Amino acid sequence: MANDNKKMISGKELQEKYLRKDMMPHIFCDGCGLGNVIDYTLRAVDRVGLDMDRTVFLSGIGCSSRIPGYIEADALHTTHGRALAFATGVKMSEPDLNVIVFTGDGDCIGIGGNHFIHAARRNLNMTVIVVNNFIYGMTGGQVAPTTPEKDKATTAPYGNIEPPFDISKMAISSGASYVAKWPVFRPHQPISSISEGLENNGFSLIELLSPCPTAYGRRNRYRQLQDLWEFYEKNTILVEDYEKIQKFGSEEEKERADKMIKIGVLHEEEREPLEERYYRLLKELEE
Amino acid sequence: MNLEKVKKVLGPKKQFIHGDTAVCYGALLAGCNFYGGYPITPASEIAEMMASLIPKVGGVNIQMEDELASIAAVIGASWTGAKAMTATSGPGFSLMQENIGFAYMTETPLVLANVQRSGPSTGQPTLGAEGDVMQSRYGSHGDYQAIALSPNTIQETVDLTIKAFNLSEKYRSPVFVMISADIGHMREKVVIPDEIELFERKKPDVPPEEYVPFGEGNYGNIKVPEFAAFGTGYHTYVTGLTHNEYGFPATDDQEDHDRLVRRQIEKITDDREELTDIEERNIEDADVVLLSYGLASRSALGAMSKGRDQGKKIGYLRLKTLWPFPNDPVKELSKKVDKIVVVEMNTGQLYHKVKEFADCEVVLSSKIGGEVHTPDEILKEV
Ligand code: SF4
Repeated sequence: MANDNKKMISGKELQEKYLRKDMMPHIFCDGCGLGNVIDYTLRAVDRVGLDMDRTVFLSGIGCSSRIPGYIEADALHTTHGRALAFATGVKMSEPDLNVIVFTGDGDCIGIGGNHFIHAARRNLNMTVIVVNNFIYGMTGGQVAPTTPEKDKATTAPYGNIEPPFDISKMAISSGASYVAKWPVFRPHQPISSISEGLENNGFSLIELLSPCPTAYGRRNRYRQLQDLWEFYEKNTILVEDYEKIQKFGSEEEKERADKMIKIGVLHEEEREPLEERYYRLLKELEE
Repeated sequence: MNLEKVKKVLGPKKQFIHGDTAVCYGALLAGCNFYGGYPITPASEIAEMMASLIPKVGGVNIQMEDELASIAAVIGASWTGAKAMTATSGPGFSLMQENIGFAYMTETPLVLANVQRSGPSTGQPTLGAEGDVMQSRYGSHGDYQAIALSPNTIQETVDLTIKAFNLSEKYRSPVFVMISADIGHMREKVVIPDEIELFERKKPDVPPEEYVPFGEGNYGNIKVPEFAAFGTGYHTYVTGLTHNEYGFPATDDQEDHDRLVRRQIEKITDDREELTDIEERNIEDADVVLLSYGLASRSALGAMSKGRDQGKKIGYLRLKTLWPFPNDPVKELSKKVDKIVVVEMNTGQLYHKVKEFADCEVVLSSKIGGEVHTPDEILKEV
């Protein structure tokens, strides 16, 4: 378990220690949750004490995939949807490197869905931070496989009629050994889950619900950033509370809970990662 | 990777093997230590052979979920310093094109063997063709310079696969080994070479603060930058976006894009002469030359002999390096002869390139559908 009591690094120290000054200012819009995502990830990295010389950040295409550019470390900013396939090559080839992947909802389970389920199945030891903002942000607000039903997007001007994917659920059923989901509006739980993900010896998925006021919020009911924060507050439920309601709640409570987004540490198991299996095989062949 | 160990795993010095196996032998002899594959006829034997052999020499084999992923894994592995490769055929080659472009833009060494079958689309999966020649040059979007090699025997498949690794390391570039399905599945004798000269990508010898990951390098061909593998403390940002010498995005800057892309092209075209690899026969007194490559060149050779027996002054020129194209040798040749017949197993691909540089008459002898040319079919065009 990550040591929660360790003194949290200050924002200034964090910047000094981990960010590339040459890349500033960043390209993210005002009110975007991606700043929080960087902050939480680096705090977790710091808490766990990863060696930045031995850590590789990978990403695909989209707003969240620009994050590795701001971090002072090796990084592979790849093609749309394929980051996990690249990461598989990195980890299999050099299993001692720490691998962290940033991806967005469209990148991860739209165009990259196939790689996502296979990477989870292989359970390679890597931490994947998927920033879910319910929309294609960088390209200007097209409907995503995660857009809630009825919400508007530039390519769903009359409201989305497709049912959305649950990324975390998909990760669990595909074999990920650690899965957590949190909105980014409070720092503590995401930082703690990212830390746990980094320490888990296997495929860890941290899904962060993150506001995109530019491409999603203003087109839907969330004119102010505050409205999006409120949406997350009202529509998410801690998985422990959900389970309690399922056991002891009234029909009405159960129905309401079913419509909410379950957040928390959703799954944990111990399972040997693929790279360990492979290198064990190599040893056996040598004998 | 230890050459003696590889040789032990490969077995006897003289063997009777097929072209797909020859690709694996060449790769392992060149020090390949990462294979990322996906099954496809007629290249699956390469994946199978690598799955069996590469673990025995301590390398990594992984079968990915599709060809988009296999080439991606190869690029990822290459950035950790591995000598990485994949193999495929037409449909897979099409799927790989985006990430091949990524490899050009990020100057990632890798080798890709394309065991060509008839296309377009699923075409004739088990029958040979050489229809991906232009795809190997222009398959990905944007401007870049490809390197592609085309062996016509099994021994040469071993040799040119070794060479492909050396070129990929030297130029920090993808290199294609283009064989047809017939070469892939045909058996001939090979001799495993005793000595192998290997080129390894150059590492930076400056501290991280002074390292310029995407500028002009400091060795040999000055347009190839040194390569700092991930995990060595250089903190390289590698992106498919247009980037400046430091690797940082320069997506709105005309000059940065111009400088980057032209350098990436010129690092290869500056060495066009050195990269040219041609076999010539009977050119001295020839009126007509059969210009060919790969499997079709074996038919061309037969046609030349038959034509010579009939008293026709026919010469033969074979390209072992398809890309970069040997502009000057073709131009020179065309000044000496009346006619060039381009013999290809497609409807005319390199034919257009030859026409671009030849000052004489150029005609095409084309054959598709999985059968090779008969000598008479070629001689008809002489
Ligand atoms: S478009 Fe949305 S996700 Fe992208 S930077 Fe702007 S607010 Fe953030």
